[in-house]
Amino acid sequence: MRAISWIAVNVFKESVRDRVPYSLVLFAVLLMGASYLIGQLTAGQDVKIIKDLGLAAIAIFGLFIAIFIGIGLVSKEVERRSIYPLLAKPISRPQFIVGKYAGLVLTLAANVAVMTLALYAVLAYLTYTESPEFRDAWDAPGVDPQMLKAIVLIFVELMVVTAIALLFSTFSTPILAAALTFGLYVAGHFNTDLRNFDQVVESRPAVLLARAAYHVLPDLSAFDVKTEVVHGLPVTFGYIGTTLAYGLAYITALILTSVVIFSRRDFK
Amino acid sequence: MAAAIRIDALTKDYWVGFWRKRPYRALDTLSLEVQPGEVFGFLGPNGAGKTTTLKLLMQLIFPTSGQAEILGRPLGDVGARQRIGYLPENPSFYDYLTAEELLQYYARLFGYSGTDARRRTATLLDRVGIGAERRGQQLRKYSKGMVQRVGIAQALLNDPDVIFLDEPMSGLDPLGRRDVRALILELRDEGRTVFFSSHILADAEALCNRVAVVSGGRLAAEGRLSEILAFQARGWELVVADVRPEVLARLAPQIRRSTGIAAHRYALELPIESRPAAILSELVAAGATLVSLNPLRDTLEDFFVRRVAEMRDEAREGYGGNHRMSGAGAREGAQKDDEGHARD
Repeated sequence: MRAISWIAVNVFKESVRDRVPYSLVLFAVLLMGASYLIGQLTAGQDVKIIKDLGLAAIAIFGLFIAIFIGIGLVSKEVERRSIYPLLAKPISRPQFIVGKYAGLVLTLAANVAVMTLALYAVLAYLTYTESPEFRDAWDAPGVDPQMLKAIVLIFVELMVVTAIALLFSTFSTPILAAALTFGLYVAGHFNTDLRNFDQVVESRPAVLLARAAYHVLPDLSAFDVKTEVVHGLPVTFGYIGTTLAYGLAYITALILTSVVIFSRRDFK
Repeated sequence: MAAAIRIDALTKDYWVGFWRKRPYRALDTLSLEVQPGEVFGFLGPNGAGKTTTLKLLMQLIFPTSGQAEILGRPLGDVGARQRIGYLPENPSFYDYLTAEELLQYYARLFGYSGTDARRRTATLLDRVGIGAERRGQQLRKYSKGMVQRVGIAQALLNDPDVIFLDEPMSGLDPLGRRDVRALILELRDEGRTVFFSSHILADAEALCNRVAVVSGGRLAAEGRLSEILAFQARGWELVVADVRPEVLARLAPQIRRSTGIAAHRYALELPIESRPAAILSELVAAGATLVSLNPLRDTLEDFFVRRVAEMRDEAREGYGGNHRMSGAGAREGAQKDDEGHARD
């Protein structure tokens, strides 16, 4: 456990010294600021636009961080050969994989936290400056704790994407890993269509194939409750709990697969 | 006493080719033993299988067959790594870290506390000559030689009993090489086992108790340097002064080569089967003066070059039929060896 935590800290340190996450977070914060300006153009809808754009920014820029750092987690170590002295230390390969994953999750947590604070700051400012009659017309409060439900699910979705990127990183090149991860991300958001494939196709084998793909591919649309939160619709804790459990089970399966592949790999 | 390193018929095949994969044997049934406290030189040309062997011992790659033990424990025993140090060939580290941060990170992986990690780091950086003014710089600003020094420091971080050094002199200037040679001798004096690969034979001659020579993935020779070279006398060198040219001309059939080194002074190379005493008597009778008479022995380099050439000839003649596993593989392997790159 101690070795895992040191490996994770090192991943975090690397990402902190890498300028990409900084620029992404900065860009996300700027986008949230810009959404305030856009909101000014739309009477009464400004808070929804800010929430929509803010949550989308957290999801998209978190996705960039998860993919672009995740795909290099293992392949970069192999490419620059820093893995040679590291694996000669008293750590096992599973510890290496889990440590790397934990480090990127830590990085994501820090980035999502910063973007969340920025979003709440913009919303607080808007709430403070808006007249009470306009505030009363909002579907949900400006500074709405319910948004945290959406942010938690976005974060777990990013954890799933990170685990996918890590898996591909254990056996493929960064470019291929990025393409495959992004492909799975897109497929994961349209996974529900596969479940309902029998409503549009009559072929039994095609339906079975689609059903199998539905169970294997991640159902990432389950993590998207942005619309409900923005419009003040209920998102139950039961739903959140079930989705979290699904996400954690999927992450565990991905990491175990990564460990199996990585534990057999030769570093020529 | 149990061997510090025991390698038993270690073999590694790679699959080469894109569409039609075929096996290529990088290491062929290598067996070795290294005793505790020895400085063992693992020699061979580029592509011979040195780095492959070290990677197998570090479990960076897995053997096709065979086994090995380090300090009596099988490969892959994570606990054994607590007592092992390893410097990879042309090491590369996290260049966003400083030398201090890198060593402290590794020290924490060895289980050192924060205070002990800082203390060990300072001691080791002192030992490899990284001054205090450079320790706070990121490794991306280091020269290749300095990175190599950091690599040596990290290999010694855990006070290891067995140290594996893959081409430790690589990238070092003459001063750096002298420092590393001195360091290896210090490690030997401290009773540690040092296993180092090199193709710089002068280093092996200066440092090693025993050496092994590998070529084309196979063991070409192994033993104490004195044993390997003792029976390799290939002639005699007779240095004489006051020699008249006509005397030299008369003895020419018995002399392999004569080199004039000053006026009337010659270095004469005699075949091993000649009788130097008889030739010397004739020279002295003709007025010459003896300066010196010495057996001509192989240097390690002579031995190395000859043995490697023999191994290559054997491989080409198909003598080592199990070495390259197919005709295509054999050609590729020989080509890789000749080109002097590939795996090590």
